[in-house]
Amino acid sequence: MADTYTVYELTIYIRDLFDLDPRLQDVWIEGEISNFKRAASGHLYFTLKDDQSELPCVMWRWQAEQLVMDPRHGDAVLAHGRIAVYEARGQYQLYCDLIQPAGVGELNRQFELLKARLDAEGLFDADRKRPVPAYPRQIGIVTSPTTAAFQDIQNVIWRRYPVVELILSPTLVQGQDAPPQIVAAIERLNAFSEVDVIVVARGGGSLEDLWCFNDESVVRAVAASRIPVVTGVGHEIDFTLVDFAADQRAPTPSAAAELVTPDGDALRLAVRERHNALRLAADAFFAGQRQAIEHNRQNLRRVSPLTRLHSARQRLDELSGRSSLLAQHSFDRRRDRLQAVAQALNAANPASLLQRGYAIVTRESDGHRLASVQDAAEGTWLQIALHDGRLKATVRAREGTRERESTGDDG
Amino acid sequence: MANSDLTPPTFEQAFADLEDTVTKLESGELALEEAVALYERGQRLAQLCAKMLDAAELRIKQIEDNGTLSPLD
Repeated sequence: MADTYTVYELTIYIRDLFDLDPRLQDVWIEGEISNFKRAASGHLYFTLKDDQSELPCVMWRWQAEQLVMDPRHGDAVLAHGRIAVYEARGQYQLYCDLIQPAGVGELNRQFELLKARLDAEGLFDADRKRPVPAYPRQIGIVTSPTTAAFQDIQNVIWRRYPVVELILSPTLVQGQDAPPQIVAAIERLNAFSEVDVIVVARGGGSLEDLWCFNDESVVRAVAASRIPVVTGVGHEIDFTLVDFAADQRAPTPSAAAELVTPDGDALRLAVRERHNALRLAADAFFAGQRQAIEHNRQNLRRVSPLTRLHSARQRLDELSGRSSLLAQHSFDRRRDRLQAVAQALNAANPASLLQRGYAIVTRESDGHRLASVQDAAEGTWLQIALHDGRLKATVRAREGTRERESTGDDG
Repeated sequence: MANSDLTPPTFEQAFADLEDTVTKLESGELALEEAVALYERGQRLAQLCAKMLDAAELRIKQIEDNGTLSPLD
């Protein structure tokens, strides 16, 4: 007869069988949540089921606290954990450490496959990455114009670097139709615009919302872009395949906007500093010029003809002092001579002759002054001017001292 | 200014010009008229740069399927 076991002994035996099977230590199970219960302790109790079977599950509080999703009755999920026996009840169950929405697993698998393939192709190589220009003139924005992401980008860029012009290349950023539109939006900027950098942006969302940025055609369009591309897709922790293909990846749309613009405050400060330096340089230059002018003025004064002029003038004063003495002498001499001449002239004055007793005789008829006896015949009336008056007289006779003349005249 | 065409200088050009102007003026090896001209140009460039950074609003256009640019809706 075979050995008999207590219930407990058998349960321990079965428990060990489970524990020794490595496959049961690490399993993914797909199913739908039912009988979901959150105990006061914080542990979760629920059942995973499909249309044929059920599996009791437990999730301890410290693991439940790590969950991103909030599991509820009816959710199709993918759960991870280990299968073990719960001795008290003699039933096996899943000790769950992770729950994800169903479908995520498949998406993750596709993501990893595509990523590996494109990576192998070299699309994500570091040496493909191009630098983002420091001072863009135009920035292309590939996003939906109606989103908060676009508004955030505008705010950041306006605050930092309003010099730049934005060229919006509008597109859907979620759903089935998004991938071809995003590709077209990137290609449009490459074909027709001269933007210096392209920002591909979308705000945060669920994994499914962001899925279009894992689309192979979108990833390839980013990699093929002639213009450098910066991505700002999702929120912080989200990584999409375009992030790997982009020249630079930013965690959010706002961060992408910062990445493609210089720091406006630093630039304003730099402009002010250069402006001050300009004024200082100008002040220094003109101060130097003034100094040079003053220096030249002093030099000029030293060699100036004006200085010589001043000394010449002084010399002139000295000389002219002397010369006026000389002139005085000369003047005195001349005055003496003048007096002498004046006296001589005075002596020749007819008036003074009359004083001395001479007379002037004129014919009364015509006032002719008689210089010769010939000038007056007998009986001619004469006037005789003396110094104190006149006498009237007639010629009684004439007696020539020059006989020939008078004879000849008388005829 | 450095750009020969009629488009206004970019901020980068204007700022580089400003730096260049200051450097030249600082060198001091200049005729008076040159210095005055440099100072005036530097003033203009500094004001232009400051004005560019204080634009009241962002210029935004939208690129259409055919490549034409239109004002944002």
